[in-house]
Amino acid sequence: MSELRELYQEVILDHYRRPRNYGELPEANREAEGHNPLCGDQVTIYLQLQDGLIQDIHFEGAGCAISTASASLMTEALKGKSVAQAAHLFENFHQLVTSDDAEALPAPDLGKLAVLAGVREFPMRVKCATLAWHTLNAALKNTGELVSTE
Amino acid sequence: MTLTASTSTTRLTPAAVAQLRADFPILGESVHGKPLVYLDNAASTQKPQAVIDAISRLYTSYYANIHRGVHQLSQLSTAAHDEARRKVQRFINARSDKEIIFVRGCTEAINLVAQTFGRQNIGPGDEILITAMEHHSNIVPWQMLCQEKGAVLKVAPISDQGELLVDAYEKLLGERTKLVALVHLSNALGTINPVRQLVELAHARSIPVLLDGAQAVSHIPVDVQALDCDFYTFSGHKLYGPTGIGVLYGKEERLEAMPPWQGGGDMIRSVSFEKTTFSGIPFKFEAGTPDICGAIALGVAIDYVQQVGLAAIADYEAELLSYATEQIQAVPGVRLIGTAREKASVLSFVIDGVHPHDIGTILDQQGVAIRAGHHCAQPVMQRLKLPATARASFAFYNTRAEVDALVAAVYTVQEMFG
Repeated sequence: MSELRELYQEVILDHYRRPRNYGELPEANREAEGHNPLCGDQVTIYLQLQDGLIQDIHFEGAGCAISTASASLMTEALKGKSVAQAAHLFENFHQLVTSDDAEALPAPDLGKLAVLAGVREFPMRVKCATLAWHTLNAALKNTGELVSTE
Repeated sequence: MTLTASTSTTRLTPAAVAQLRADFPILGESVHGKPLVYLDNAASTQKPQAVIDAISRLYTSYYANIHRGVHQLSQLSTAAHDEARRKVQRFINARSDKEIIFVRGCTEAINLVAQTFGRQNIGPGDEILITAMEHHSNIVPWQMLCQEKGAVLKVAPISDQGELLVDAYEKLLGERTKLVALVHLSNALGTINPVRQLVELAHARSIPVLLDGAQAVSHIPVDVQALDCDFYTFSGHKLYGPTGIGVLYGKEERLEAMPPWQGGGDMIRSVSFEKTTFSGIPFKFEAGTPDICGAIALGVAIDYVQQVGLAAIADYEAELLSYATEQIQAVPGVRLIGTAREKASVLSFVIDGVHPHDIGTILDQQGVAIRAGHHCAQPVMQRLKLPATARASFAFYNTRAEVDALVAAVYTVQEMFG
């Protein structure tokens, strides 16, 4: 139960119920769509990218609490960050949700994203937490490909 | 052969079910420190000790390849494999064991029909009729065939309750309809289709019918002669048997008229480099060494199920489903998906403000295994305007106490998201 409480802590439920930066972004110059075919979760990331900086970022989609909160927190964390900083953050975040080694965590610069640390106790849910990030990567690379967690 | 199913009753009492549960070793396992409550039977059922033992016994004592060997072991394996085919025949009341083709599963059975009967009989502008409640196995093979042949896939609509609209179905049966393929018991909604009537309506226009029985065979008695369907398909693993084995039933005259599917050993009568003559049915459709063990173990699973009695199973599960329906509906914020009048085994639901995936995780922590997602039936989810549902699905080994555990776990979901 305590693991569940950590997974579904208040910040996550709040971002699930009231996702930040939700909806289309008219100024977007990059966008990518991702989905998890196992559960049907779907997310679209909209980016306004200028001079290597994420000027603005929005998302839209339908998913579980973990994937929605993760996307919402991600958009908050990335606004104003450089592409290189975003890549670094994703690396840290990925480690946070997959690492077995609690000692190595949390990376100090993760900020609010650290609330998703509970996901590492639920390996089946890692894909939910990282879907938005993989989709972000596709948007940054502008591949135009549909991102799938499978 | 000794079977552990200890009752051959017309009714499954709680005491009888308790005894039957002991035949399934996995039901004594724990998950996250809680007793396992296994409610994902529509995805796959657990296996009785009799089936597990049959697999072990084959490999321990008499395994060999079948049909070609002149030695003792091959004869024993061959006899057991042939007997398994007759068990399937009797189980669904086919006229002949030649009408029973062993395949890998229900999906492969449908693909076989699409690739042989379908390619032979369906051309440009022809129509294949399915329903809006099919799972992907009974959609995709037909889509592929339509694409190849320039044919058209038609979809009979369903009501918001998840019932097929029979009048609309009948209107879609036309001169161009070359095949109807529809589910007997829906995996996402639990709906039991009035298949006898649907077959009759199609046959009145000389249209053959394939029934997808993946869910049906473990929950209700199936008699293919009474249904008069042309094809019937199911998997072993949803019938308390092993994975990797399934069955295509086809009427003898249909199968005779169809070309072979895959080429290779066991489906040939003679081969020269100039010409191959093919075996008769069912071997024409069984290229290569079959899943010998799978078929034999499926036969044992069928023995087991018949010993429990499908009529008794159907009655018991209907009573359990009605109890579960009542209990889950009493939970505030819970909405049932799929409320057909004729239903079996499946309790699909959603909770306001909680994604089914989150329900699945929280229930799992209480030891309750359900399925959360689209159940490989995305079009039916789209029809009902849902991304996914949480689905509890029952077998005869489930109990009221397990339903209570499910409901208690659903209250925990409410608390967490409250």
